[in-house]
Amino acid sequence: MTTKYYYGDFGESGSGEITANNKKNVGIHSDAAGHDWPLWEVFIRSKQGLDHKHMGSLHATDAQMAIENARDVYTRRMEGVSIWVVESKHIHASNPDEAESLYDPANDKAYRHPTFYDLPDELKHM
Amino acid sequence: MPIHDLEKTFLDKIEREIKIEPRDWMPDAYRKNLVRQISQHAHSEIVGMLPEGNWITRAPSLKRKAILIAKAQDEAGHGLYLYSATETLGTSREETINDLHSGKAKYSSIFNYPTLCWADIGAIGWLVDGAAIINQVMLCRTSYGPYARAMVRICREESFHQRQGFEILLVLSRGSDEQKAMCQDALNRWWWPSLMMFGPRDSDSTHSDQSMKWKIKRMSNDELRQKFIDMIAEQVKVLGMTLPDPDLKWNAERKHYDFGEIDWAEFWNVVKGNGPCNKQRIEARTKAWDEGAWVREAAVAYAEKRKEKQPQTPKGALEAA
Ligand SMILES: [Fe+2]
Ligand SMILES: [Fe+2]
Repeated sequence: MTTKYYYGDFGESGSGEITANNKKNVGIHSDAAGHDWPLWEVFIRSKQGLDHKHMGSLHATDAQMAIENARDVYTRRMEGVSIWVVESKHIHASNPDEAESLYDPANDKAYRHPTFYDLPDELKHM
Repeated sequence: MPIHDLEKTFLDKIEREIKIEPRDWMPDAYRKNLVRQISQHAHSEIVGMLPEGNWITRAPSLKRKAILIAKAQDEAGHGLYLYSATETLGTSREETINDLHSGKAKYSSIFNYPTLCWADIGAIGWLVDGAAIINQVMLCRTSYGPYARAMVRICREESFHQRQGFEILLVLSRGSDEQKAMCQDALNRWWWPSLMMFGPRDSDSTHSDQSMKWKIKRMSNDELRQKFIDMIAEQVKVLGMTLPDPDLKWNAERKHYDFGEIDWAEFWNVVKGNGPCNKQRIEARTKAWDEGAWVREAAVAYAEKRKEKQPQTPKGALEAA
């Protein structure tokens, strides 16, 4: 069976059902079409000392091929010194409808920011 | 949430310039519109390699060969970024590629014109990539996150494409009479098809309106075309060449160049599949796909064999944690 996902939406079971908003099976294709290789997410560290950053995705048969392809596609102009790849189905994402719950608890806690504290101007280097 | 509330949230995001991301609710028509536009864009990058690929073996020097290969590699990469962006909308890669091969999906008509001589490679870089850049710079601000991000990456890579094309023409324009004539001939043939790349006039465009409301497109076909003409009409002076339009004239009042009528019959003819190379391009793509089947099969077999041999935790997995 062909598994199909909305990007970044891979469910818990890996059963391949589309669980995005409109629950429509967009274009399941026939077996005759063959099968896509697994999808991988590519993360690249542009410079020693910086974080790896999500760059995009690609298909590959396994991790090694994913890294090789990522090198060819995403680092042709010295964009990176290190590559991570992770099979997309292993990424679990928070629900965008619940984004507010990520912000809400922090909203009324201004004292978490340095600017909350009104200190005399004479005070230097703080 | 009822649909009309979801739609309201969606439109509110568009209004406030907040990007739509793959897992956000979006109207079916927005999704469909994006799948069509992004996949066609992807196909254009891929098919676009063919007219130039024709000259890789015949480029006049090793330097030019290396440059042309690098450009073709970039275009393949652009195709990949865009296919990936299409996938984020819930269509599989294979399905998208099948649509190209079956003729269901379109790609930019410009690539259905032949590359007859070396100067054509210069004209393509300068005019065709130049037109693509104008469109793509606008698309960096498109409302769909993955599309916008792909465009930012693409635009970063594109500017060398246009510069190398102009440089090819510049060398020819300073060469022998024969080379000058070659240069002018290429411009004569590529100018009008390049203008057609921006699509039908706003008054005749079927998709523009909704695309603008959803901020998929941020400028109309006519606006983009005018921007392109204003840019090229100035740059052509550096080459000491002319553009094949007797009506091309600076209009001080409009602060834009006026230009002649595009041959829309030709435009629609090529779009409908009757251009000089439509058949040849799709044949080349399907041939490459079919003849590559054994490579894909071998890669899968190899990966499976390696999986059997290897321990489950690959080396390097811990460092990544
Ligand atoms: Fe490109
Ligand atoms: Fe390009």
